[in-house]
Amino acid sequence: MLAADGTPLKASLARALRRQKLRALMLIAPLLLFVVLTFIAPIVDMLWRSIENQLVPETLPRTVEALKDWNPKSGEVPGEAVFAALAADLQIAVKAKTHTRVASRLNYEQPGIASLFRQSGRKVKRLEEGNYREQFLDMHDGWGSIAVWSTIKRFSGDYTAGYFLNAVDMENTGDGAQFKSEDQQIYLFLFGRTFLLSVTITFTCLLLGYPLAWLLATLPVRTSNLLMILVLLPFWTSLLVRTSAWIVLLQQEGVINDTLVTIGILDDNNRLQMMFNQTGTIIAMTHILLPFMILPLYSVMKTIPPSYVRAAKSLGATDWTAFWRVYFPQSVPGIGAGAILVFIVAIGYYITPELVGGTDGIFISNRIAYHISSSLNWGLGAALGVILLGVVLIFYWTYDKIVGIDNVKLG
Amino acid sequence: MAGLPPYASTGQRVWYYTFRFICALLFLFLIIPILVIIPLSFNAEDFFTFTKKMLALDPEGYSLKHYRDFLTNTDWQNALYNSVRIAPMATLLSVSFGTLAAIGLSQSHVPFRGVIMAILISPMIVPLIISAAGMYFFYSRIGLQGTYWGVVLAHAALGTPFVIITVTATLVGFDKSLVRAAANLGADPVRTFFKVQMPLIVPGVISGALFAFITSFDEVVVVLFLGSASQKTLPWQMFTGLREQISPTILAVATILVTISILLLTTLEYLRRRSERLRGMTPQ
Repeated sequence: MLAADGTPLKASLARALRRQKLRALMLIAPLLLFVVLTFIAPIVDMLWRSIENQLVPETLPRTVEALKDWNPKSGEVPGEAVFAALAADLQIAVKAKTHTRVASRLNYEQPGIASLFRQSGRKVKRLEEGNYREQFLDMHDGWGSIAVWSTIKRFSGDYTAGYFLNAVDMENTGDGAQFKSEDQQIYLFLFGRTFLLSVTITFTCLLLGYPLAWLLATLPVRTSNLLMILVLLPFWTSLLVRTSAWIVLLQQEGVINDTLVTIGILDDNNRLQMMFNQTGTIIAMTHILLPFMILPLYSVMKTIPPSYVRAAKSLGATDWTAFWRVYFPQSVPGIGAGAILVFIVAIGYYITPELVGGTDGIFISNRIAYHISSSLNWGLGAALGVILLGVVLIFYWTYDKIVGIDNVKLG
Repeated sequence: MAGLPPYASTGQRVWYYTFRFICALLFLFLIIPILVIIPLSFNAEDFFTFTKKMLALDPEGYSLKHYRDFLTNTDWQNALYNSVRIAPMATLLSVSFGTLAAIGLSQSHVPFRGVIMAILISPMIVPLIISAAGMYFFYSRIGLQGTYWGVVLAHAALGTPFVIITVTATLVGFDKSLVRAAANLGADPVRTFFKVQMPLIVPGVISGALFAFITSFDEVVVVLFLGSASQKTLPWQMFTGLREQISPTILAVATILVTISILLLTTLEYLRRRSERLRGMTPQ
C-alpha cells in the first residue's frame, strides 16, 4: 500500500510518528534542560558531597601513602617514615593554609584533632631534618595516640561512608561499624521523632479533615463552594502568615492564654505552655497541612454515589453500619492519597518547627539546616538530607502507585 | 446529608446537629488563625494580643502605626522591593518553559514520558530543605549563591511543576479536532497555536502562573540559604522578625498578604468557571 507521495504507507506512517515524537521532545527539552541544570544537578551534588572525602588525600598525600603499611591493630604509633611524610605534607599545607580545613574535617570524626593540627601547624616550620617522630611527639601528645592515626588512616580514601555512619549514629572504630554509645546517639532519635510527629500530624489531619471533606462532598454545590473558600483561603495564605498567626494565638501572653485567664479558667500564674514544644508544632502544622488532607478526600468522596448508602439503609442497615461497611471503604483511596501527601510534606518541614518547635519539637530538617549554616559540617548535612530524601521518595513512589502523579489536582 | 428526613429519630436529630456543630468548630479552627491577625494588626500598642481598649472597641485602641512602620521602615521596604523583583521574573521563566513542556507532554506519543514527568515534577516532591541544601552546595560552586539570578533560577525551578500540572489539566479537556479543523481551513501550526489553542488554554496558563508566583513570593527556605542580605525577601524578613525582634509590623504585613491571597483565590475561581464555561461544562 502506498501513501499519496508514493512511499510505502508503513514507512510514511513511521516517519510521521517519529516526527511527532521529535516535536514533543523539542517542546519538552528546554524545561527538561532547565530543571536538570537548576534542580537535579544540585541534588546530585548533594549525593556526591555525602560520600566524597578528597580533602584528606589531597592535603596529606604522602602521609596517606605511607600509612598504607601501618596496621592500627599493632598497638604501636606509626614509624619514622610516616612522620617524615607528615612533616613534608604539613609544611606544604601550612603554606597553602589548607591544614585547618583538614583539621576541622577530621575533627568531626575524632574531637581534638583540630587543635592538634592547628598547634602543630604553628610549629612545623621549626622542624629540623631527621628524627621526625620524636620531634612530633614532643610537639603534641596527640601524635602518640593510636586513635588519631587510625582516624587519619580511615579517612584517607577518596570516598567515605563516614558521613552516613554518623548520620545513623554509627562509627567505624577500626573493627567494623558500630553504634555509638547511647548518650551520643542523636540522629536516629531525631529521625524517629520526625517520623512520629509526622504520623501524629497526619493522623490529626485525617481526624479533622474527614468530617469536613464529607460535609463538603454531601452539601448542595452552592453551599459547599462557599464553605470550600474556608479551606482554600488557608491553603493560599503564606506559610509565614499562618505560622505567625499561631505564634500570636499560642504564646504565653497570646490570645488563647489571655482569653482563658479572662474567663477565669486559668490562673494568671500558670498559663499554658503551648509553644516551643511538640504541642505547638503539632497544632500549627495540623492547621497548615489540613487542606492537603481535605482536598484529596473531597475529590474522592465527590465520586461516591449517595445511592449506595441509601440502598444499604433501605436494606436495614443502621446509620453506622451503612457508613462503616458501605461508605467508608469507598473513601479509603482518598484517605490513602491525603495521608501520604500530608506525611510527605510534614516529614520535610522546616520553617514551622523552627519557629514554634523549641528544642523538643524540631525535625530532622532543622538539624540539616544547622549543619549547613552553623556547624558547617556539609558532608553530614548532605548525608542526613540524602536519607530524608530516600524516605520521601519511597513514600512518593507509593503515592504514585496509589493515586498517580498525573491525577494531582491543584485548587 | 442533604437535610434531615421528616422520619428521623431523636437520636438521628441529635447526631445531625452535633455533627454540624463539630464541623462548624473545625471550620473555625481553619479560619480563625487567619482572621485573628487582621484586627491585631491595627493594635495601637506593640503587643501581639488584644488590649482592653481594643476589646472595648475604643477607637484609641486602634491605629495604623504598624502599617506606617511597614511603609517607612527601610528593612521592610527593601524586602518588599526584593520580593517584587524576584517573584515576577521567576514566574516568567516557569511559565514560558512550563507551558511549552506541558504542550509537549500532552502529545499522544511522548517517548520516556514517565521518566520525564518524574524529573519535571521532582521540585514539588523533594522537601524544600533538601532542595535548599543541594542548591546551596551547587550554586556556591558555580558562583550563583548570593546573587539575584541564583534565587530567581531556584524559584523558577520550584514553580515549574505547578505550571505543568495546571496547563496539562487544561489540555486534557482540549478537543484535538479543533486543531485539525484549523489546519483544514488552511492555518499553519503557529497560527493555529495562537488563534485556536492558546485562547483555550490561557486560563490554565494563568492559574499556573499564579501558583508559580505564590510559590516564589511565599518561599523562604531556599532564599534563606541561597540569598545574601541584598536578596532578603518579605517572607525572609518575616522569618527573622518572628525569630528575633517580634514586632507587630509582621501582623500588618501578614494582613496585606492575606488580602493578596484573597484576590488570588478570587481570580483563580473566576478562571476555573470561565474555563469550564468555554469548554461547555456547567460551572460547579
